[in-house]
Amino acid sequence: MTAVFDLPLDLDAFEGPFDLLLTLVLKEELEPAEVDVAAIVVAFVDGLAERDELDLEACGEFLVLIASLLELKARALFPEEAAELDELEPGEAAEELARRLAEYRRMKGAAAWLTERLAGQRERYFRVGPSPLAPRPERQLAPQDPERLAAALRRLAEPPARVSLSHMGLRFPPVAQFLERFRSVLGRRRRFDFDAEVSGLSRVEQAVAFLALLELRKTGEVALEQSAPFAPIRVSRAESERGAEWIVRSA
Amino acid sequence: MDRPLRLITANPVDQLARTIEALLVVASAPLSVDELAQAADDDSIRIETALGLLSDRYREGRSGIVLEHVAGGYAFRASREAAEACGRLFERPVERGLSQAALETLAIVGYLGPCSRPEIARLRGVAADSTVAGLLERGLIAEAGRDDGPGGAVRYRTTALFERVFGLEGLGALPRLDDLGESAAEIRERLHSVAVGRTA
Repeated sequence: MTAVFDLPLDLDAFEGPFDLLLTLVLKEELEPAEVDVAAIVVAFVDGLAERDELDLEACGEFLVLIASLLELKARALFPEEAAELDELEPGEAAEELARRLAEYRRMKGAAAWLTERLAGQRERYFRVGPSPLAPRPERQLAPQDPERLAAALRRLAEPPARVSLSHMGLRFPPVAQFLERFRSVLGRRRRFDFDAEVSGLSRVEQAVAFLALLELRKTGEVALEQSAPFAPIRVSRAESERGAEWIVRSA
Repeated sequence: MDRPLRLITANPVDQLARTIEALLVVASAPLSVDELAQAADDDSIRIETALGLLSDRYREGRSGIVLEHVAGGYAFRASREAAEACGRLFERPVERGLSQAALETLAIVGYLGPCSRPEIARLRGVAADSTVAGLLERGLIAEAGRDDGPGGAVRYRTTALFERVFGLEGLGALPRLDDLGESAAEIRERLHSVAVGRTA
């Protein structure tokens, strides 16, 4: 700190130590705009080079001070801009500088107190480990009647009621049954009407009959005709279809 | 030669003190009266009585183990006369090599915490990132929520380890901030006096 405050300066507008310069600026006896900030920085750096040691603390303090001074100078040089920005006036900035310095000095004082305190604790050795294992709080249950527990267990031990599967009682006749039936019909007749053939059967039986029909179509045993959607499906022997085609081609 | 029989009963507080001894031996951090009361399943007043008994038993000059009231609780530590021997066996990594910047940051967090890195940087005039990271690693500070404002910077507070390392019963044991450093008025006054001295 002393190194910064006692820094000798030889500027155009001022000659003397840095702390005096600051005082004059704070007292508004010296215009910040007239202070050559760069020359102060050069003087400080020269001083550092002469001492041949890097005092980080002094550097930090110098930076804070010089930045504040620079801010004051900038505000003095560009008052209109400062007003536009609704920023602090130079006087207020000086007060702010003093306030910040005071705040920082208190913290430095606190750090010095901690340093001293720490030095006094060198002979205190204690165990440092991970956080202690806090006892896990047990879940508190209200007192329970053993008979109620037994009753609950008995209910669990009872076999569950049989689930009704009546809604699943659909009987699906085998597809093969309809395959045989349709082959038999086509053995007797060249064609038949599907709807007429399955009329009177249940919906499930009709569905299985339709599957059988598709199966016969897949194997090429029958030909299917339907003039329009939902119109009657006419089923005929496949060879008769092929025969008709042959007749047309040969004609 | 019949002598009346005398029943020697263990002092119940003495028995509680033995339980507390055991709890403090297994704990790696100071235990508060409430924690001790909960663990020992006893009431706080009797715990404090037993702690008084133990404080007398475990004190400097009488025992190699010392009971201390630190970091909001009670803990055992080595006696100062054994410090040299302890020093040959153990290192003190937590507080070793604490820089001036680290101590200033600790002071700021200790007094103003929970506070964020930008707040620390504003006070110290330099970025606090690496210092804060170092203190976090040492376990001397810990995260304590976030700022309410935009960005929500992480806030920090000092830990129980900080209080223990610095031998503080709690943060209340820190000196008043107003008693440290100078006020703004004092700084102005001092600078003015320097100016007067120079110009005279």
